[in-house]
Amino acid sequence: MTDRAAIRLEAERLFAAFLSAGAVPVETDILQPAEVLLDLYGEDIRARAYVTADPLMGEMMLRPDFTVPVVQAHMADGAEPARYAYMGEVFRRQESLDARAREYLQVGFEVFDRAAPEADAEVFALISDTLADLNLRPATGDIGILMAAVRGLSTSERRKAALLRHIWRPKRFRALLDRFAGRAPQAAARASLLERLASDAAPALIVQAGPLVGLRSAEDIAERAAALLEDAKTPPIAATEAALIYDLLTLQAPANAALAHLRGIAPMLPAIEPAISAFAARLDALKARGVDVEHLPFEASHGRTTLEYYDGFVFSLLAGDPHLPPVASGGRYDALTAVLGQGRSIPAVGGIVRPELVARLRGGA
Amino acid sequence: MLKIGVPSKGRLMEKTFDWFGARGVAMARTGNEREYSGAVEGVGGVELVLLSAGEIPRELAAGRIHLGVTGSDLVRDKLAGWQNQVSEWARLGFGHADLVIAVPAAWIDVDTLDDLDAAAAAFRARHGFRLRIATKYHRLVRDHLTRNGVADYALVDSQGATEGTVKNLTAEAIADITSTGETLRANHLKILSDGPIHQSQATLYAAHNAEWGGPERSALAGLAASLGLPLPVF
Repeated sequence: MTDRAAIRLEAERLFAAFLSAGAVPVETDILQPAEVLLDLYGEDIRARAYVTADPLMGEMMLRPDFTVPVVQAHMADGAEPARYAYMGEVFRRQESLDARAREYLQVGFEVFDRAAPEADAEVFALISDTLADLNLRPATGDIGILMAAVRGLSTSERRKAALLRHIWRPKRFRALLDRFAGRAPQAAARASLLERLASDAAPALIVQAGPLVGLRSAEDIAERAAALLEDAKTPPIAATEAALIYDLLTLQAPANAALAHLRGIAPMLPAIEPAISAFAARLDALKARGVDVEHLPFEASHGRTTLEYYDGFVFSLLAGDPHLPPVASGGRYDALTAVLGQGRSIPAVGGIVRPELVARLRGGA
Repeated sequence: MLKIGVPSKGRLMEKTFDWFGARGVAMARTGNEREYSGAVEGVGGVELVLLSAGEIPRELAAGRIHLGVTGSDLVRDKLAGWQNQVSEWARLGFGHADLVIAVPAAWIDVDTLDDLDAAAAAFRARHGFRLRIATKYHRLVRDHLTRNGVADYALVDSQGATEGTVKNLTAEAIADITSTGETLRANHLKILSDGPIHQSQATLYAAHNAEWGGPERSALAGLAASLGLPLPVF
């Protein structure tokens, strides 16, 4: 175990580096209202955060990350563009004794700036330069490309919405895609459900099924019944289009080669062109900051299993030991600012470093 | 002394006594009817500890009892990483109950978890909050839903009369233990068709963290011989 004083020292050094890059220091409460986090992340956050109760404020969580409170503070009274740095403990509930740290320091840097590709490059370059001596392995991705590809599919809006909703749950996404593309056989339960729904009008079936209890109304039920019947008539996603999505899910190449590959498939899926241009602009901006984009690893699916808010550029910096969590990670979360901004939004990107790991790697322990 | 925790009342206690009795280990409550103390005969060095079934997982985890009989649902729900804290020694073949997810029977569009997930998305869009599932089995239910990629739900705690929460508008669906499904039907609920979250039964557990000294190990060996079981694997 690296000693806490050494970790604190690393944290302060990182924090100072972020401040000298032009960031304003911010502090946030450790106790966060649970409601906001639950609404954003869903029940899963309960398994990953410490929940406690305040006799007056209700359910509270020990800060599981800084992004949400920093965005809230910015949306409340920040001027733009803005750069923020923070340093403090975050708390992650663990379900086993030998699991990862329950409480650890994070040092972060967040940029709220409408010039997105430059901001992406700024965050990535700043964090990797600060950790350059550790020879970390970078991993990058762009969830925006996959999202654009899904939006561009020629299928029903409902199917696209279902895929987008599960973009952060790769297994589920894959199952849906297989079904919509006609690659997976229809489940027996679904087939019999459809048969039943087709047998009579929904209101009559609801009445036959028994007294309706609960808040979900007969209209809610009828609406989904209609949606199911409509979906059953929707033709499968064309094999050529589906193949492009499968291709994206497995695309893994150095950034420049990935860009060339994406440009090659863009004519077949023109909807991804803006996302590809953004990717190209980001690579230019990274190159201008001295990042070797010829060799920078890129994976179109990178970052899809993290807490669900990244919707563009994502990155991690990894140590050699595969058991260690990323030493640094981050990404773009434009949609999150819209959710928390109550009607207002601003493109935002940021990243965090775990000084404990930095201290461990520097100490050679 | 090897301490064995057994449910302190009801059918679970009686069936446990019967199970051990049938294998030559006589357990009985001692003292007056209200006093929670017991005795074990037929095998030496074993002390009976009568506890609420719901507390037995915690006592096992803390190592305050060496062995314990309780529902497998309670162990899996109350203990994080339960396999690291206790070993299943024997499934006792009674106290069967399934932990299931149930929704109103009138939900003609919902039959599987897949449907529940889609219904939850639409419900959240229309009502402005996540579809609520009432349960007392938070860990088991959440793990199951996460594993199956269900989103847009919220668990609400219900420690009893869970079947009534839907009618009382405090939840849209429930996850609860059922053996016959009778109470669910009476409350106009149906069980999702893709199988229970967990099939529970009364189970004899051994605690990893208990102090296993010489006397406890020899009592365990004696008990294993009487019960006709191999020694538990830690």
